Amino acid sequence: MAQSLVKEFTKGLWAEIPLFRLVLGLCPALAVTKTCENGIGMGVATTFVLLFSNILVSMLRNIIPSKVRIACYIVIIATFVTIVEFMMQAYTYELFLKLGIFIPLIVVNCVVLGRAEAFAGKNTVLPSAADGLGMGIGFTLALSSLGAVRELIGAGTLTVWGGTPIFTIGHGYIPFHFMVEAPGAFVGLGMMLCLMNLIGKK
Amino acid sequence: MREMLSMIVVLTVLTAVSGGLLAVVKAKTEPQIEEQVLKFQKAPAIKAIFADATNDPIKERFNAKAEGIELQIFPSTLADGVKAVAFEAKGTGFGGPIGLMVGVNIDTDEIIAARVTTHSETPGIGSRAKEDLSFVGQFAGMSMASNFGTKGQGGEIDAMSGATVTSVGVSQAAVAAQDLYKKLKPEIVKQMN
Repeated sequence: MAQSLVKEFTKGLWAEIPLFRLVLGLCPALAVTKTCENGIGMGVATTFVLLFSNILVSMLRNIIPSKVRIACYIVIIATFVTIVEFMMQAYTYELFLKLGIFIPLIVVNCVVLGRAEAFAGKNTVLPSAADGLGMGIGFTLALSSLGAVRELIGAGTLTVWGGTPIFTIGHGYIPFHFMVEAPGAFVGLGMMLCLMNLIGKK
Repeated sequence: MREMLSMIVVLTVLTAVSGGLLAVVKAKTEPQIEEQVLKFQKAPAIKAIFADATNDPIKERFNAKAEGIELQIFPSTLADGVKAVAFEAKGTGFGGPIGLMVGVNIDTDEIIAARVTTHSETPGIGSRAKEDLSFVGQFAGMSMASNFGTKGQGGEIDAMSGATVTSVGVSQAAVAAQDLYKKLKPEIVKQMN
């Protein structure tokens, strides 16, 4: 039992990491990863939603009639997303301003709905929680690494929390602004996918 | 029939519970959110409007009440001795409510400056109302008796090209501010003395 829980948890970190392996959840990934900090904030918010929606969907899986299951999942997911939105407004307002519209859009993030439909709706509570947490952390890792790459190349800084960079490439570095613009997101993601495939190739 | 009933019952219960839960969370986080909005939206706007304030308008804020309306007022004394107040009014833009903070000289009824506070306009389009000061800059120096409609509506405000709905929202907020100011001015003056 414990072993399978670990397996459900770790598959989201590498073998089925949402952004790079399943290539799901691209909208927030491309839009908010201008800095590493934004990636972490978005990832943590999504992890919270994933964990609790997975737990609740799996708890209610025998009660929810299969014909209206998607509607029920969306209600559950939307509830947690709205809670996250209130919490971020109350405690991390600056981050909320930066992420803006993409927080409410977690409702339609296919990673969250995908896990509810593909996993939590068919499994018991503990594996579903492990799956949600693993997928969430994997998503956070993917977003923050993409954010870090784009920020380092595009702005020459690295911001992890609180808006002040913890690392700055020397003054001689001329930032490659393209990387923090929208098209840079596609190029950055492409490079990361390429790298992942190279590493994963046997 | 049984299946239909169970679908109705499950969905109804689920939405009712989630609605109730969200109401509780909203009520719990509301004071904290208001504090954050004051700190990150209103305070910077007020500082920009009253750049040469000799007091702390945020600390000295009070509520003015008249005709059933309550309004948060930020009083200020400027470096040249001018007494002024700032307050926020709302209009409706493209993505929802737009807050406009207006600073008014209470002796001459002239607008000192105005700034957009909270909004949910499209980044890069409607959000220029907040970022590009040439739009809200039009309000500076206008009398509170002016027509704050956009030029398309026969007013005096030049709308931002490509962001008409946002511009109309801001102009609505200014008209609302005008209305609030007219109703509450006697009360504001009384409380400031």
